[in-house]
Amino acid sequence: MITAEQKPIDEIRNMIAPYKRILALGCGSCVAECAAGGEKETAMLASALRMAAKINGEEVIIEEKTIDRQCVNEFVIPLDDIMEKYDAVLSLGCGAGVQAVADMFPEVPVIPALNTEFMGETKDQGYWVESCIGCGDCMLYYFGGVCPLTRCAKHLLNGPCGGSMDGRCEVDPDVPCAWQLIIDRLSRFGALDRLEKIYPPKDWSKKEGCGPRKIVREDQQK
Amino acid sequence: MSEYKAGSNLEKVLKAGHFAFTGECGPPQGANIELLKEKAGHLKGCVDAVNVTDNQTAVVRMSSWAASLVLLQEGLEPNFQMVCRDRNRLAIQSDILGVYTHGIRNMLCLSGDHQKFGDHPESKNVFDIDSMQLINTVKTMRDDGKFLNGKDIDVPPRLFIGAASNPFAEPFDFRVYRLAKKIEAGADFVQTQCIYNMDRFREFMKRAVDMGLHEKCYLLAGVTPMKSVGMARYMAKQVPGMEVPESLIKRLKGAGKGKVAEEGIKFAIEQIHEFEEMEGVAGVHLMAIEWEHRVPEIAERAGVLPRPQV
Repeated sequence: MITAEQKPIDEIRNMIAPYKRILALGCGSCVAECAAGGEKETAMLASALRMAAKINGEEVIIEEKTIDRQCVNEFVIPLDDIMEKYDAVLSLGCGAGVQAVADMFPEVPVIPALNTEFMGETKDQGYWVESCIGCGDCMLYYFGGVCPLTRCAKHLLNGPCGGSMDGRCEVDPDVPCAWQLIIDRLSRFGALDRLEKIYPPKDWSKKEGCGPRKIVREDQQK
Repeated sequence: MSEYKAGSNLEKVLKAGHFAFTGECGPPQGANIELLKEKAGHLKGCVDAVNVTDNQTAVVRMSSWAASLVLLQEGLEPNFQMVCRDRNRLAIQSDILGVYTHGIRNMLCLSGDHQKFGDHPESKNVFDIDSMQLINTVKTMRDDGKFLNGKDIDVPPRLFIGAASNPFAEPFDFRVYRLAKKIEAGADFVQTQCIYNMDRFREFMKRAVDMGLHEKCYLLAGVTPMKSVGMARYMAKQVPGMEVPESLIKRLKGAGKGKVAEEGIKFAIEQIHEFEEMEGVAGVHLMAIEWEHRVPEIAERAGVLPRPQV
C-alpha cells in the first residue's frame, strides 16, 4: 500500500485560496486504508475547510466526492460529467492519484491535500511501516524475507553495521535492526550460509536508471 | 613487480613483523591548515601511519583526502579514510585514483556514521555501496586493474587496504564472521573499534585466531585513552556499539580528582602491553581523540619508540 498523511490545514487553505468552487476528491484505495484520504477523511477535511471559510467570511463552495482509485483512468473518466461545476480539485489521493487526475483534466488545477510517504504495511491500528523501496530486483529470498535496502538506515547488503543496541537501530530505537532480524530469521531456517557471500553493489538501474519507470506488457494490452 | 601490494610504510612495518603503531588525526572544521599541521606534528615519529578521518560522526570537516595530502607534505604517512555515506561509486573510484596519484598508499574503507548523528541531519545519504563492497572495489582496482564496471584502468592505483571491525557490536556471534568477510573482500589490515572490555576482546581474538584470520590479515587493536569519567560514561551510554565495563569507570573514579586522565593513560598502556603479547594482534591503533599532544608521551611510556625504519 501507498501511505500518506494529510497536510496541515493552513497549507491547504493557502493553496486553495484563489478558488471559489472546489471539489475535494477522495480516493478509496491505499490512502483510505491508511486513514488519510478515504471517504471519511475527505468528508472531514471538506467540512473543516467549509467551517474555516465561514468563520473568515469567505464565499466558497466545497463539495466532496470519493472515487475508488484516482490512479486508474477508468475510475477518473466519469468525473467528466461533474467537473465543469468546479474551478479546482483538492485531491486526497497519493502523488500518483493527483497526477492522474491532473493529466485527465488539463484545464483544472489539481491541488494535493496529502503528503505521500512510502510503500508499506499496516502493522496495527494507526501504525504503518515502510517495507519496500521498489528496487525492481527483489532480494528478499537472500535476506530471510527482511529487506535491508528498505529497513537498514544505511541500506547495507553486507551488514550489520556496529550500531545496533538490544536489537534496535541506532538511528531510531523504535525501529528493529533489519540485520538482527535477517540473522535471526536465517538462523531459524538454517540458512545463515546465505550471508557467507559478499553481495556485490546493487544494480540501481532497475530503480532509477532511466528516470521514471514504466511497465509495458503487450499481453495485457487490447 | 614489487614484493609489496602498495609499498606504504605501514605495509612494510607489518610485513617485516614489527608490532605496528598507528595514530589518528581529525581534520579541522574549517580551512585551518595551521591547526591541522600542529595536530599532525605531535604524531610525527611516534606512529607508522596516521588515520585521517572522513567527516567523522557525520560532521563537516576539511575533506579527508585534502588533509591527507597536507600530512604527506608534513612528512607523515596518511591512512586515508573514506566513507560510503557521501559518495556514489563514480566519486569513490575517481577519488581513489586521485589520492593514489598524489602519493597516498593506505586507505581505510568504512560505511560511515549515519547523518542523523551529525551536523547536517537533513542531508541525503548515498550508501550506493557498502564498506564490504568498497573494500572489494579497491582490491579489484588494484589487483585486477578494473573499475566496478569491469573496464580496464589505465595505471591502476595500488593501495594498502584497511577495514574496520567492531568486536563488541551486536549480534556478537556474527562479528568474527563479518571480519572474515571483510578479509575475503580484500582487507589487508583491520583496525578495531576502541577496546575497553578486554574479556570480550580476548574471546573475539581467540575466535579470529581459530579461524586463521590473523594469518590472512593484520589485525590492529583499537585503543582510546579515557580523559575523564564523563567521557567513559558518554562512551558507555551514548556511543552505539561501544562497550565500557563498569569496573573501568570505577577504576577511573577511584583515581581521584585531577588524576583521572593519568589513570586513563595507565589503562591504555596496560592494554598496549597485553596486545603485544596477544596471539593474532599485529599492532595497535591509538585514537587519542583531540589529544594528539599526549601521543608522544603515551608512545614513549608504552615503549613503542623509536618506530622501526623499514
